[in-house]
Amino acid sequence: MKKGHILGLGIIAIAIVIIISMLGDASTYESFATAKAMKAKGEDKAIHVVGQLKKGESGNVEGIEVNEDKTSFYFLMVDNDGTEQRVFYNEPVPADFHRSEQVVVIGGYKNEEIFMADKILMKCPSKYQENEVSTAGM
Amino acid sequence: MMNTFVGNLGHMATILAFVSAVLTAFSYYKYYQANELEKSNWRNFSRVMFYIHSVASVTIAISLFEIIYNHRFEYFYAYSHSSSALPVHYMISSFWEGQEGAFILWIFWNVVLGLVVIHTNKAWEGPVMIVFALVQAFLVSMILGVVIGDLKIGSSPFILLRDAVSAPIFQINPDFVPEDGTGLNPLLQNIWMVIHPPTLFLGYASTLVPFAFLMAGLATKRYSEWIRPTLPWAIFSAMILGMGIIMGAYWAYVTLNFGGYWNWDPVENAVYVPWLILVAGIHTMITYKKSATALKTSIVLVISSFILVLYATFLVRSGVLGDSSVHSFTDLGLSGQLLIYMLFFLAMAIFFAVRSWKYIPTSEKEASVYSREFWIFIGATTLGLMAFQVILPTSIPVWNSIVESFGGISNMAPPADQVGFYTKFQLWFAVVLALLTAVGQFFWWKKMDAKTLKETLVTPYVISVLLSAGIIVLGKVYNLSYMVVVMAGTFTIVANATILSKLLKKSTFKLAGGSLAHIGLGMILIGVMFSSGYSEVISQNMSGLTYRNDFEDEVNKEHALLWINKPTQIKEYTAIYRGRQKKVVGVPGLVNAKLLKPTEQVNQAIALVDIVVNDKTYYREGEFVDIVLEENDYFKIDYYQDDEFKFSLSPMAQYNSSMGLLSSPDSRRFIDKDLYTFVSVISDLEDPEWREDETYEVSPGEMVHISDMVTKLESADVVTELDGMQLFDGDVAVKARLVVQDYDVEKVLEPVFIIRNNQVGRIPVIDHELGVKVELTNIVPEENKFIFTVNRTQKDYVVLKAMVKPQINILWAGTIIMLIGFCVAIYRRYDEFSKMRDKGVE
Repeated sequence: MKKGHILGLGIIAIAIVIIISMLGDASTYESFATAKAMKAKGEDKAIHVVGQLKKGESGNVEGIEVNEDKTSFYFLMVDNDGTEQRVFYNEPVPADFHRSEQVVVIGGYKNEEIFMADKILMKCPSKYQENEVSTAGM
Repeated sequence: MMNTFVGNLGHMATILAFVSAVLTAFSYYKYYQANELEKSNWRNFSRVMFYIHSVASVTIAISLFEIIYNHRFEYFYAYSHSSSALPVHYMISSFWEGQEGAFILWIFWNVVLGLVVIHTNKAWEGPVMIVFALVQAFLVSMILGVVIGDLKIGSSPFILLRDAVSAPIFQINPDFVPEDGTGLNPLLQNIWMVIHPPTLFLGYASTLVPFAFLMAGLATKRYSEWIRPTLPWAIFSAMILGMGIIMGAYWAYVTLNFGGYWNWDPVENAVYVPWLILVAGIHTMITYKKSATALKTSIVLVISSFILVLYATFLVRSGVLGDSSVHSFTDLGLSGQLLIYMLFFLAMAIFFAVRSWKYIPTSEKEASVYSREFWIFIGATTLGLMAFQVILPTSIPVWNSIVESFGGISNMAPPADQVGFYTKFQLWFAVVLALLTAVGQFFWWKKMDAKTLKETLVTPYVISVLLSAGIIVLGKVYNLSYMVVVMAGTFTIVANATILSKLLKKSTFKLAGGSLAHIGLGMILIGVMFSSGYSEVISQNMSGLTYRNDFEDEVNKEHALLWINKPTQIKEYTAIYRGRQKKVVGVPGLVNAKLLKPTEQVNQAIALVDIVVNDKTYYREGEFVDIVLEENDYFKIDYYQDDEFKFSLSPMAQYNSSMGLLSSPDSRRFIDKDLYTFVSVISDLEDPEWREDETYEVSPGEMVHISDMVTKLESADVVTELDGMQLFDGDVAVKARLVVQDYDVEKVLEPVFIIRNNQVGRIPVIDHELGVKVELTNIVPEENKFIFTVNRTQKDYVVLKAMVKPQINILWAGTIIMLIGFCVAIYRRYDEFSKMRDKGVE
């Protein structure tokens, strides 16, 4: 075998390792129900759940409990299947959290009741979608 | 008054730029095909066409800037990206905040590069400029804003607000012009954001030059000659792109608060990958020039770097990244157009490459392990694998949409821990690179066999082992992987420094580019290892509070709550929050916000006392003061060590109605580390929730406790004069003087009680910092008692995160040295090219 071939095989081997590791480390989008099932099966990988904050009848966000030192909080989230879940986040309440249209929590179940988010992504109403023009100065 | 002229001018210029770009491509094609007699005519015509295109492109840019500069809020672009309070240098940022402006910037740079190419080349102008003009046609089409039936081509920056949004006001008054715009994203109001995007776009634009030369070479069957003119450009492009990336990282470090300079965000990855490929391409091109190998690899790499830039544009601007990135642009409906743009040039590149493949000279001889070609090739391969490892997961949203477009379901998400995921590969690849650059440089300058290799390497090896042992012990690097990183980094620094000193002794500085850039690489590696690997959060919860839940105790609280004036332990420091400050025009440093009273005017306040800094009075009491961006508050945090004041940091935050809390860090810079802090929560002073009334009966001289603060009624006297209120004959006014002790701060509160025409009036005092409202409610003269009503709310506070970033300066210094290395290399390669050109070889 020529050196070039060995080299080529080496490159292919590394590329395969890269692909396998990506597939292994890639997270998935789940619902709270499937996430709980995964936890029950002993899979501890962090997963993504997409949903919204729980809103009351008047449209106000419900169920945010900020811990005393303001550095962490609990909130209620409803996933796209409609399952409600209490989530803990070990960071201060992100700015604009109440206004978010959609939240993605990345993390997993800590015990039966609590989903612990390692990271929260939010989609907030963008100013580009705003259709109101301030009429001040008319 | 509505001004539609500028918009029409801009739009006309856009159409002209598009048409002239197409015509330039066409006429350069004719020039290329024409016989000797007609050639010069076609060339002049083509050049005129490109000049017209240039003028049109510059007109587009000027028109858009005019709209922003003159606050023409009747235009959607000005309305949504700027505001009248914005200083001029931030208007430049407004210019490219939107996608359209960014495209204009790109178009502008291509014009500049095109003009330089036309005037520095003799033999390449025709075919190279065809590629240029085609790229320009595609780019201009992105801002064309032409609608044919259901087909929308491009998104114009010159549309009027009334055409962009359907607000009811326009039905009443179509000529309505809003008073002010919605402003520039405050995170972009930073000096690095003024210069980072142009640099990055120049980097983007300049990858076109090597690609265009390559295409020209392949099309005209000059399969290898394209390398010489390309090389300086490729190095230039890598230098600028690298500089753009570093500026972006630095901006993120000083403005954003994710706690570092690099987050492996898809947008960052999208520029990092083409840069890696470009650097690999430079190395194989240099090898080709020395020894006629690796031409095919160079071709593939140059094509890839250009296509990857287009792919990056597609990723960032098509909206495909969706939730997975924090700073991708919103979808303007250009994804189809961007895809066609990318696929067109991909197809073009593949076509020419395949057609010429069998004619491209290759070297039959197998590269020996002791040849530089071999080591460079391994290095280029490593760079390629690094790029592959990053682009693959970054493209997960793309895979999902491809699967979904075929009706499948894919629920794959990017890795949850991005930083950990990318680092575990990139770190080791970088170690391999560092070792390769060290060994490779020796091969580069000298013929080697096993014996000489050993002899040359032994000294640098011993020195670097000793050095890294020192670094490991002093820096307390006890992690095995990090030790390897230190060794690799030091080895490349020492080896390349050895080469550098030999080169400088023997020949000119011109040849030093490579070794300088590689020394930079070694420093970056060590700097990244320390600043990221040993980055430590020091604001952990030290309050000793126990929480309700068991599992909460297992996780570390990474933020600290600081009440105003209350000392809080943060690792070896005692931190005290001292209140809010503002930046005032003309005054050095920051001014306590309590000394300023806001006015109706934007960015204006009245000084409540003389503003004195270092014995110089900048404003007198009662004077108007100009504030730099009044919505920005700087939170003063004093740091003490062993009861001794050390320094103050003032991280910035503002509450933005559309984006929430925006917070920028402030860092204390030491030679060997940064103490990096930012605020993550601020209290809302605007609308406090007052608790129930508390009543206190106090005699003068008596002390009471208001919440936890010792408060003394010093005096209560009848006064004849009051600030801000006129007293008439017969009025009785009593001013109480309460001294509140809050930790080490003493504050005086003076509520007033007035009797006028048998009516009682009370002027309460509100202190937002202490969270108290005090009213002198009644006076009982017989008992010499004064009755106060107190309402309390939360004191002012901030929640703070503080981190230590060791040795971050090694990283910054390394990037600068690397960039200098690139510059030296550009000079050398351009010098080579121009000498050959002037000899008539090119």
